[in-house]
Amino acid sequence: MTDDRKPMIECRGVHKHYGDYHALRGIDLTIRAGEFFSLLGPSGCGKTTLLRTIAGFEDISDGAILIDEKRMDEVPANKRPTNMVFQSYAIFPHLTVAQNVAFGLRRDPRGKAEKAALVEEALAMVGLRGYGNRAAHALSGGQRQRVALARALILKPKVLLLDEPLSALDRKMREQMQVELIKLQRQVGITFVLVTHDQEEALVMSDRIAVMFEGEIAQLDGPEALYARPATRRVADFIGVMNFLPARILGEQAGTATVEVPGLGVVDLPERQISRANPDDEGPTIGFRPETMTLVGPTQTHSQPRETNATIDEVVYYGDMTYYDLRLDGAAAMDGKARPVRISMRNVFGRDVQEVGTRTRLAWSPGSLVLFR
Amino acid sequence: MKGQGRGLQAYALLYLLFLYAPIILLPLFAFNSGTIIAFPLQGFTTNWFAQMWANATLRTALTNSLTIAVSASILATCLGVFAARASTRFEFPGKGGMMGFILLPMVLPEIIVAMSLLVVLLGAGVQLSILTVILGHVLICMPYAIAILSTAFSSLDKSLEEAAYDLGETKWSAFRLVTLPLVMPGIVSSLLISFTISLDEFIIAFFLAGNQPTLPTYIFSQLRFPKQIPMIMALGTVLVALSILLLALGEYFRRRGNARMGGNPTGGFL
Repeated sequence: MTDDRKPMIECRGVHKHYGDYHALRGIDLTIRAGEFFSLLGPSGCGKTTLLRTIAGFEDISDGAILIDEKRMDEVPANKRPTNMVFQSYAIFPHLTVAQNVAFGLRRDPRGKAEKAALVEEALAMVGLRGYGNRAAHALSGGQRQRVALARALILKPKVLLLDEPLSALDRKMREQMQVELIKLQRQVGITFVLVTHDQEEALVMSDRIAVMFEGEIAQLDGPEALYARPATRRVADFIGVMNFLPARILGEQAGTATVEVPGLGVVDLPERQISRANPDDEGPTIGFRPETMTLVGPTQTHSQPRETNATIDEVVYYGDMTYYDLRLDGAAAMDGKARPVRISMRNVFGRDVQEVGTRTRLAWSPGSLVLFR
Repeated sequence: MKGQGRGLQAYALLYLLFLYAPIILLPLFAFNSGTIIAFPLQGFTTNWFAQMWANATLRTALTNSLTIAVSASILATCLGVFAARASTRFEFPGKGGMMGFILLPMVLPEIIVAMSLLVVLLGAGVQLSILTVILGHVLICMPYAIAILSTAFSSLDKSLEEAAYDLGETKWSAFRLVTLPLVMPGIVSSLLISFTISLDEFIIAFFLAGNQPTLPTYIFSQLRFPKQIPMIMALGTVLVALSILLLALGEYFRRRGNARMGGNPTGGFL
């Protein structure tokens, strides 16, 4: 999709040690110019550390970081072509909004009037036209966020780094800012690197996402590929909801596999549905997303190739969606363990929400399964 | 319930009376024309203030005390800023122990500090003067300065300085433009507290001043002469008035600073 664009940030074998703690374990990564890139992972996975090494706030222990084809080893944070939006926004509370936004222009030789015009332009860009004279401490969370953006973007950096910028906002505001950030990024064309622990946020906003665990990149892909074909069971578990069932491999040839799954029966899987990077050591596992299977009423017909009988154990009603926890017939056959699976159904007019204990049919296709082995 | 409330009210009043009655007596006798400190009051006079003003030794003592207090409070606050910033910004081996030892003089008996300082200074052949008193006062003011400044620094978002650095400032200018204005209320508090501690400190001044008088040692020496006491009362009155003025001023600046920053208190003392 964006392969023709030149690399903006390159990390080559980046390691970071804090004493005995190995925070980054050989990060190799290329972020292209103009990309909206996300570093996604649970807390402590090293994503913020990686962002801070790119910004220059942390030295790296080994490897190299290049920004716009220049090595950054000896370049301190205040000389790098990057600017940062901090998690706390770090708005200077003793200054006005305009003074905050103009802060980075202090060493700029341009005249006062020219700078004031730049500030007003930056404020207009984030939707805060006319807020210049307000005291920064009197702003709401969303407004602070916008000031932080304007303050960073006024310097026209090559890269904008965003450290969990939306985590302090309430849900509505967050969703609104997500859309605004995407628009803003398209408008200015600057490379955005976003750190987040919120998989939904990463999926919504990013061109590409690097999923990190324990200082390593587990998978680097576009949102759709990441969701549909997670490389490891752990990535699958971290992004969205995925059901896991143990699988027994009956035969393999030319990249395809025939597996037996308790509750689902025997299925043939083509190569593209098989992930061989499964370091979790839990044995072969079948995964599928809740929305890929459908509950079918007793008299209803469907077009899916396969069908399984099940009992509804739990119903969780979300308004637009209902989650059903199901016990598949025969799911416990392998080792006697009950393995409930979660299915989500969109609530459409004329379809009743099922009740707990109901016997039901589940329609599905082998094409929605992923094998981790 | 109501009776109990009234009892507590009376208790609080008595408590305040006990605290402040002696201080209220100061101005009463300072303006009393009688030479004996006893009721009934005689007549109104400002002689004692005039006498105080004319007293050359007193003026030397006052100058000494002010020199010592100003120097000690500035030195202790500067060193306190370094220590407080280091302890709130960085992790380093032995930090806990180090900060503990810095704060220890707060609970150490002052007489022991004074004695050991005297022994060390004499052993090192240092001439006793107001300089040695300043050193001693910096030592006892430091813990208070650091306690106040640490609060100011720790309530400050670490990202603020980083943000300024990220926006092209140097580490020093980031500190000067962002951190310093934000911890200013803490710095003012630290200066005021250190100044007050130093100004009325007796033991260290008594041990380390050599033949130089400071205000407390001078007052103590004059108490032996009954006819000097009304003048001491006048001196006390002036000191109380100045203290109240100083604290009110400090509090005013602290509140103004807070209002400007959205009521986020960063280590005011009062």
